[in-house]
Amino acid sequence: MSKIYYHLLLCLFIPGILSAQHKIAGKITDAKKRPLPGVNIYIKGTYDGATAGADGSFSFTTTANGAQVLVASLMGFQTLEQPVTVGGPLNLTLMLKASVNELKAVTISAGSFEASSDKQNTVLKPLDIVTTAGATADIVQALKTLPGTQQANDREGLFVRGGTGYETQIFIDGLLVRNPFFTSLPDQPGRGRFSPFLFKGTTFSSGGYSAQYGQGLSSALVLESEDLPARSSYSLGASVFGFSGGLDELSKDKKGSYGIEADYTNLGPYFSVAKPKQEPTIGPEIIGTSANFRRRTSSTGIIKFYGYGNWSKMGFRKNSIEYPGYQEQFDVRNQNIYTNLTYKESLGNGWRVNSGFSFSTNRDKIQIDTIQKTPQTNIRNNSNLSQLRLMFSKSLGVLSMLRFGGEYQYASEKSRFNSYGANYDDNYAAGFAETDVYFTPRFVGRFGGRTEYSSILDKVDIAPRASLAYKLDDYSQFSLAYGDYYQKPEPQYLRFKRDELGYMKATHYIGSFQRVAGDYTFRVEAFYKKYKDLVKTAPDTSTTGTGYAKGIELFWRDRKTIKNLDYWISYSYLDTRRNYLFYPFEVQPDFAAKHTASLVVKKWFPKITTNIGVTYSFATGRPYYNPNLPENKFMSEKTIDFNTLGFSASYLTTVRKAFTVFVLSVTNVFDIKQVYGYRYSSDKLRREEIVPNAPRFVFIGMFMNFGIDRRQDVINNL
Amino acid sequence: MKQFTLFVLLTAFTAVGVKAQSPQYQEAMAKQVALLDQGSSYNPQTLLEISNTFERIAATEKSQWLPYYYAAYSQVMSAFMQQDKAKMDELADKADANAAKADELNKNSDEVALIKSLIATVRISVDPPSRGAQYGPESGMQIQKAKQINPENPRVYLLEGQSLYYTPEQFGGDKVKAKETLKLALEKFAAFKPADSIAPHWGEVRAKQLLEEAGK
Repeated sequence: MSKIYYHLLLCLFIPGILSAQHKIAGKITDAKKRPLPGVNIYIKGTYDGATAGADGSFSFTTTANGAQVLVASLMGFQTLEQPVTVGGPLNLTLMLKASVNELKAVTISAGSFEASSDKQNTVLKPLDIVTTAGATADIVQALKTLPGTQQANDREGLFVRGGTGYETQIFIDGLLVRNPFFTSLPDQPGRGRFSPFLFKGTTFSSGGYSAQYGQGLSSALVLESEDLPARSSYSLGASVFGFSGGLDELSKDKKGSYGIEADYTNLGPYFSVAKPKQEPTIGPEIIGTSANFRRRTSSTGIIKFYGYGNWSKMGFRKNSIEYPGYQEQFDVRNQNIYTNLTYKESLGNGWRVNSGFSFSTNRDKIQIDTIQKTPQTNIRNNSNLSQLRLMFSKSLGVLSMLRFGGEYQYASEKSRFNSYGANYDDNYAAGFAETDVYFTPRFVGRFGGRTEYSSILDKVDIAPRASLAYKLDDYSQFSLAYGDYYQKPEPQYLRFKRDELGYMKATHYIGSFQRVAGDYTFRVEAFYKKYKDLVKTAPDTSTTGTGYAKGIELFWRDRKTIKNLDYWISYSYLDTRRNYLFYPFEVQPDFAAKHTASLVVKKWFPKITTNIGVTYSFATGRPYYNPNLPENKFMSEKTIDFNTLGFSASYLTTVRKAFTVFVLSVTNVFDIKQVYGYRYSSDKLRREEIVPNAPRFVFIGMFMNFGIDRRQDVINNL
Repeated sequence: MKQFTLFVLLTAFTAVGVKAQSPQYQEAMAKQVALLDQGSSYNPQTLLEISNTFERIAATEKSQWLPYYYAAYSQVMSAFMQQDKAKMDELADKADANAAKADELNKNSDEVALIKSLIATVRISVDPPSRGAQYGPESGMQIQKAKQINPENPRVYLLEGQSLYYTPEQFGGDKVKAKETLKLALEKFAAFKPADSIAPHWGEVRAKQLLEEAGK
């Protein structure tokens, strides 16, 4: 049978074999006439073709005849299909157009540092955020090594470009996190509550951020939670501070997972040896739990739940500055629950929906007492926040995009000061729309706006936002950003004086240049920020304060020059003045330093599987308020410069089947004195330095993981 | 009788047509696969030419998984030789696309799973600290998948041994185990009979090389 077939086949092919072979040759270039080596050129429907050489030239013979289609394809370029008539030798000059792909297209970058494992050309990887010595696995602490941030380690939150900690908002999967930090002592800020390992992407915006987010005058920290884990794992940890355990279980069908984690921290035993400045009377003790649940609902849809609950208590005693010879006792008990439920799905035709719901509650019980001198003060704060968010996006063409949506928040703030209570509720609603328009793959504009309404202020605001980015070549780009930002005054002012208050406002102007080439990153950014309607507490409570901030920032990162060594340097120059709270006129505020710089170095020693990290940070002195000075000298005195050096070493090994990491980490290794300011007694006669409670922390611990190798997470965490 | 002959002829034609194993295809494939059997082909330029040729064959044949498979294989091999990390990712992207097509045409193939494991390994080498956690398990999982489908495939043990050999001990590598696995791979290679001259059969030389290196 097959014989017949071959005969037939031969007959069919003989004409082809007999027909002449034609030579097709030529040269192929890009739009700028540069030769394109490696292009695959062939006659469609045949195997006849060739690969273009280094000079873009190609040559092959074909038995095809007559009207044919010549195909030329190369990664990163649009495939060319050109009709040709083959009848004799052909000499062709071909040109390929660059294809528009997301990798090479420009992205909006002014004002923001993005850490993502999905994308190649980001300045940082998620791990880098937590790979910083001295950061003690706190996202916010690690971000303080980036330009634009202040080393304001005596206050809660991230102080960005002349803004206060309150002006930075934190979002998880688009939903606001109220109380992201543990409640702590005055002048001793609490750590962030959530584990950095839960996030696959982090965008830290130091200004000019998208209309999707609001109610942060200065900055937005946007965290994107992980999808499904690669496989199930269990973890255990023990350290001089406490212990932790967790499990992450991937379902059999690999479409869902759940995880729970619990940790117990007690600094009591450590403090009994290390002797902090203030004497601990309770704990500090923290019980933390978290749970997550993720389920793929389709190939494009996923539903995610994440929640944590924290219970903490601590009490400290110190010598009273107000009443010499007496001691002050400060106790705080805190309970905090945060939940976040999101659903993402593609609706087809380029449409996507992102929706989310979140409920969080926070309770503080604070007792302040100057023992045997004043009656005890009891403070209770109880705040609840429910929020709902819905966003639609639609792809327009290959790269352009339209996004719009809305959010609604219901906040209830209850507060008691001894027997005085002051409560309020706020209904906040916002709508936003923005579009990314690609004029060319190298040139993009983002235009949008946001409108917000808050029932307690009974005011509406409209905040336009715009950015432009232009890519000079594959590595470098310029960006510009502009935007108006509004924020409600802090609860402690809204509680009492809501009728006199309105929104605070900041307007951002940013220009930046960045070059990300392989393992080198360089970035320079200049900004100007105008403040309006800041809260004033003197002479009357009002939103009539003013201010500005301007500066220039540099960032350099090199992961290549020295093998196994990665370092980055950041420098920020900040010129800011504001007239807010009780300030008599515009002056450099007490949280802002003129010059801030950080150097982060990480070195990996493969032979001993040990990672060594060192972080050095510097800031010039900050102004402080000395009530003894005349008004024209307000805030004219400055503290000493700030210096700190953190160190960490981690050794990776295997204990039985568990991947294990042993860790030693020290903050402020050289015990350099740090003074953040001074606190005066009300008679102005005495003052005390505001200093860290424990100037140096030494951490020794071990982490074990069965299943996924997460040691890299742990070392990068110190 | 005439009708019967015609019928037989027609069915024969359709059968052959569906398989589309034309002599032209066999010949072109055999030539390229023979190139891959030569050590001298393993340089980025030659591998690019070979992968381009496989892609040309794939574009014409469309129903054959092997051209896609070999295109992906040549791209992965080329990726391992690149210095430029962006280039490695680019080749991995190409290989990924070809492996996905091979997967579509030949579902549940141990050979395609092994290519996917190699692609994951390329991804890791671009940025081990950031990517290890994501692609390490992926690479291992694909080897296990291949082993489940065909425990007699010698390349399963080659990749397993290679991974054990190059992974530092503290990260779960094991030089002794690597040697055992590579020896097992050679045993499997000895027993392995590829379906025909163009079926995947690479790796024996590599296994021997590695074993020699491990023996020192």
